[in-house]
Amino acid sequence: MAVTPVLPKLVGQRIKRREDPRLIQGRGTYVDDIALVGMQHIAFKRSDVAHGRIRSIDTSAAEKMDGVEAVFTGKQIAEMLGPMPIGTPFPSPDHRAVAVDTVRYGGEPVAVVVAKDRYVARDAADAIVVSYDPLPAVVDLEQAMTGKPTVIHPDFPNNLAVALVPSGTGVSASGEVDDTAINEAFAKAEIVISQRMMNQRLAPNAMEPRGVVAHYEPGKGTMTIWSSTQNPHILRTMIAAMTGLGQDQVRAIAPEVGGGFGAKINIYAEEYVAAVVTKRLGIPVKWCEDRSEAFVATTHGRDILAFVDLAAKRDGTVLGLKMRLIADIGAYNMLLTAAIPTLTMMMANATYKIPAIRTTLTEVFTNKTPTDAYRGAGRPEATYFVERAMDMLALELKMDPAELRRKNFIQPHEFPFATQMGAVYDSGDYERALDAALKAADWDGLKKQRDAARKEGRLVGLGLSMYVEVCGLGPSSALPTGGWEHSQVTVERDGRISATTGASPHGQGNETTFGQMLADQFGIPLEHITILHGDTGVVKQGIGTFGSRSQAVGGTALFMAGTKVKAKMAKFAAALLEAHEDDLVFENGNIAVKGSPTSAKPFASVAAYAYVPVPLPEGLEPGLSDEAFFEPTNNTYPFGCHISMLEIDRQTGEPTLLKLVAVDDAGHLINPMIVEGQIHGGLAQGIGQAMVEEVVYNEDGQLVTGSFMDYAIPRASDFPTFELTPTTTPTPVNPLGAKGVGEAGTLGSTPCIVSAAVDALSGFGVKHIDMMLRPEKLWRIIQGGQS
Amino acid sequence: MAQLSLTVNGKIRKADVEPRLLLAHYLREQLRLTGTHIGCDTSQCGACTVIIDGRIAKSCTIFAVQAGGSEITTIEGLAKNGDLHPMQTGFWEEHGLQCGFCTPGMIMAAVGLLNDNKSPSDREIREGISGNFCRCTGYQHIVNSIQHAAGR
Repeated sequence: MAVTPVLPKLVGQRIKRREDPRLIQGRGTYVDDIALVGMQHIAFKRSDVAHGRIRSIDTSAAEKMDGVEAVFTGKQIAEMLGPMPIGTPFPSPDHRAVAVDTVRYGGEPVAVVVAKDRYVARDAADAIVVSYDPLPAVVDLEQAMTGKPTVIHPDFPNNLAVALVPSGTGVSASGEVDDTAINEAFAKAEIVISQRMMNQRLAPNAMEPRGVVAHYEPGKGTMTIWSSTQNPHILRTMIAAMTGLGQDQVRAIAPEVGGGFGAKINIYAEEYVAAVVTKRLGIPVKWCEDRSEAFVATTHGRDILAFVDLAAKRDGTVLGLKMRLIADIGAYNMLLTAAIPTLTMMMANATYKIPAIRTTLTEVFTNKTPTDAYRGAGRPEATYFVERAMDMLALELKMDPAELRRKNFIQPHEFPFATQMGAVYDSGDYERALDAALKAADWDGLKKQRDAARKEGRLVGLGLSMYVEVCGLGPSSALPTGGWEHSQVTVERDGRISATTGASPHGQGNETTFGQMLADQFGIPLEHITILHGDTGVVKQGIGTFGSRSQAVGGTALFMAGTKVKAKMAKFAAALLEAHEDDLVFENGNIAVKGSPTSAKPFASVAAYAYVPVPLPEGLEPGLSDEAFFEPTNNTYPFGCHISMLEIDRQTGEPTLLKLVAVDDAGHLINPMIVEGQIHGGLAQGIGQAMVEEVVYNEDGQLVTGSFMDYAIPRASDFPTFELTPTTTPTPVNPLGAKGVGEAGTLGSTPCIVSAAVDALSGFGVKHIDMMLRPEKLWRIIQGGQS
Repeated sequence: MAQLSLTVNGKIRKADVEPRLLLAHYLREQLRLTGTHIGCDTSQCGACTVIIDGRIAKSCTIFAVQAGGSEITTIEGLAKNGDLHPMQTGFWEEHGLQCGFCTPGMIMAAVGLLNDNKSPSDREIREGISGNFCRCTGYQHIVNSIQHAAGR
């Protein structure tokens, strides 16, 4: 007897990625792998001073070089291209894609070369001679706020990009401030922890540097632009606006994208320049960043100083929190620059019931590369500041850091929970995550190990931190692009499915997870499904991939579009089976009447009928294709608890991470293997920030850490085996119950590791250490010097 | 221009190249073997790792002319007759990649590692691939992938 094959349900399973066969064979196509007939290469001449007036630019030698097609100065580019747009409502100074008369950071573009290959283009850029009248540079954010020695933008006195925005308890929507509650909280305090903390500047460093290929076809009046971007639809919108073309005349393609980490959200000068240059010359052009260029030309992340005051009773009850934030945003506002630190304010409530919170935010221009989103984008900073302060409080009160947290948690029955910062947390069970982490790490056992090690004279410490982040961005009211995501699902004539998503991936594995979802929804094999993405010519609408939104928002749009198509397909099947559409089951590649497997019609035959509908059931149009926009009513708020154990070499100050336990609750998971990968990667970047990464400028504004020779990317040998344990608290915000997980690892890890280092050095009287944990810094503490 | 003759993935290739042409650019742009990636300009990241005469090497560190007469295997030459190399299988099975950009170089480095040490410990793997950067995976699944290929 024939056995009916049974297709297993795939959602929730560790399904191998469908992206991998091409990538493990070197057959992916990244931007730099694209070659068009007649394509020329762009190179940028960049400023080698941090601040100065351009006295003259001599391009004559470059123009005479064999193979050089064209050279453009900033002035010439400005004739084709307006000022750089931003995506936030904050005031912004005039910013040109290529500097016209003043440069404000080292690496700012000053001229553009187009040549036959990248070698000649680079030679020609080198042959351009630029003379500057140097201006003083300012690189320290507190110094910058004095307006001395320089004001970078004349319309922004004292270099204040955003003068001072208050938020939190007692601050009305219109910005009126009532200090009663926050003052009362601090008046009642039996103990106040006050600490200045620096969340240092980082370079995102996706392994694929940025790149763009732009091809304007004069005969058609259309442009195709390939870019290593996280959001091709936003790119299309911006390129159309800046080139004067319609959105229907621009096709933006994100091919294989080699990581983004937030730094490929921004639409960059190089993308706009490539677009206007191809339009001017009528030939395809390519620009690909090299790594040293990326260090100055791709936005940096973090760089926020905080003055944190935490008020509490001696029993550990937290009464109030003040957080004065000063963000160093570099020389210009980019797409989301000004908004990133507002997420730090938004998440200052952390996982606790804090009766009163007051944050203020000031943003400051300096002569550095602009900042923008970097994995976590504002939320790791909030987590770091609050969790470090909580740890300092635990230390002062001689309380177990876990018990201090437990005492202050928002409780499960209190969700949805409206925070002091205006967020409404969707769901949470913080104590369960804490307990899961304590159990997984064997917290009491770790303490014994630490104490035993100390008896041997070793410097071993433990760290623990909670986090809650905002993901699944979000309602359209919160994003200038709109916060929805789009999907179109088509059952093809042969019974296979093609589906588009606006959530354009760059390593997240959407082709796999979204395929899993549709396979279950329609009861067909995963192999019969293709997920299309990253091409505005194919994907009708979309926003993009950032803020841990792919699954929660994009996945939901896919599910909704699938639901519509399935409902229509059920009507066709009902006509064929002479059954009611509500009585059908889609499984094992068939559509059958419930309880009557012999009635089954092959899925493909129902699909074929829908495209040649003879007879056409009443009230139906032919075809099986539909789309959905999902507009979330709220963000999602994943959370978790991280625990670490760290040892510091007494002789050299070198820290070694011995253990990292992470409990992350991202709601329902589609593919736990992919989720683990996301958490691992986030942890690596968070641990990198805590231990080895830091962008450093000298006082003249020269970037000291301008290559991989000087900026440490964490290596495999830097990490222990991470120990992960999930808990599951679904969100009510979307039907999948999925919250998002891409950034989680960067949140809990930094405070947890710094707290472990402080614990390891507790014998030396240290209470806080700013990141990164440079061995020299730790060695000085051990030697009794400054922290 | 300099004359170059070498073997790449079993095929003899001859070309006139600029002496300054990097091997990585020769492979990518003249042979269109774009699986070899370039992730930095200081020979740190290892995305451009290939096998030259049986030893792994970073192809951005070598001029094409220096590779004259040698036998080179790139990521495109690793699978044989449509069968994935065990290291490729390991990376697929154990989710050893996300964005895939470091992957070809990482796989080539891992092949070299196992050539030198058939059954490495996790720590030996971590040390062995420390010349290759990955920004996505946190390396843990890469370690598992290499162990998978080593038959553990």
